[in-house]
Amino acid sequence: MHNGGVSTSPVELEEPEVDDVTQLASPWVTIVWNDPVNLMSYVTFVFQKYFGYGKQKAEKLMMEVHVDGRSVVSTGSREEMERDVQALHGFGLWATMQKSDAPG
Amino acid sequence: MTGFKRHRRSGTSVATFTVFEADLLRSLAAQLIELLRNESAIAPVESDPLERLLDFTGPTTEPEDPVLARFFPTAYPDDEESAGEFRRFTESALREGKAGAASTVIDTLEEAGLPPEPEDGLFIDVELDDAAAMTWMRSFTDMRLAIATRLGVEEGDEDYWATVPDDDPRAQVHDIYDWLGYLQETLVRSAH
Repeated sequence: MHNGGVSTSPVELEEPEVDDVTQLASPWVTIVWNDPVNLMSYVTFVFQKYFGYGKQKAEKLMMEVHVDGRSVVSTGSREEMERDVQALHGFGLWATMQKSDAPG
Repeated sequence: MTGFKRHRRSGTSVATFTVFEADLLRSLAAQLIELLRNESAIAPVESDPLERLLDFTGPTTEPEDPVLARFFPTAYPDDEESAGEFRRFTESALREGKAGAASTVIDTLEEAGLPPEPEDGLFIDVELDDAAAMTWMRSFTDMRLAIATRLGVEEGDEDYWATVPDDDPRAQVHDIYDWLGYLQETLVRSAH
């Protein structure tokens, strides 16, 4: 299951540039946009089922979508984000992706 | 109209539909399948003929139908080339996934006893495990997105729809949209 961008690798990195490596490995984000159709309960349910997020985190992200019009729901490599966007389109959510430092 | 409930012992989501409700769901699911397989996912005419004949992948531009455009949004809003590539590699599979979910809804209803022609007085009992519930939720979502796009539903327009006269066909379609929303809400609550 997708781990929501949280590294669970047990491998200890001895190199001091760990932060740089992490940043280079996760430069993309998946964004879910508000739409007038999808139910709040369903959007929360999808975040829980697909990403494996706990109910609290899923509800927080859903409220961001609802109130702010958009929310970053996952972070990772470009390939991972393409997988997430495709899955979210399968669930009927309006998802896009971009580099995490891109404006907008 | 009772929606879905959680069956305490089996942990499944259960609902009882009148035969006319079940027939309406079957009809909506069939329309989804037709829409998804109709405007076929073919790459636009741009390459040379040989290349085009050998290209079995998928389309690179947004579908013309607004419902399909909502089903398959542009993944990269500011990068047309990447958006086209993403579409080429995902849209066909997404279409099949949505059509497959709609087929599952039809199969479930017919296995539960929905006859080809609805007969008055018949009730259809549906029981969904967690995986089937997720499939139904996805299909309810697609039905609602399709109807909302055709009707032009917007955020917070409930007051407007309440003023549309009952004999306006749009009001009747909006009632179906609301009913699907109710089914979806009760299904989410009844599922794990």
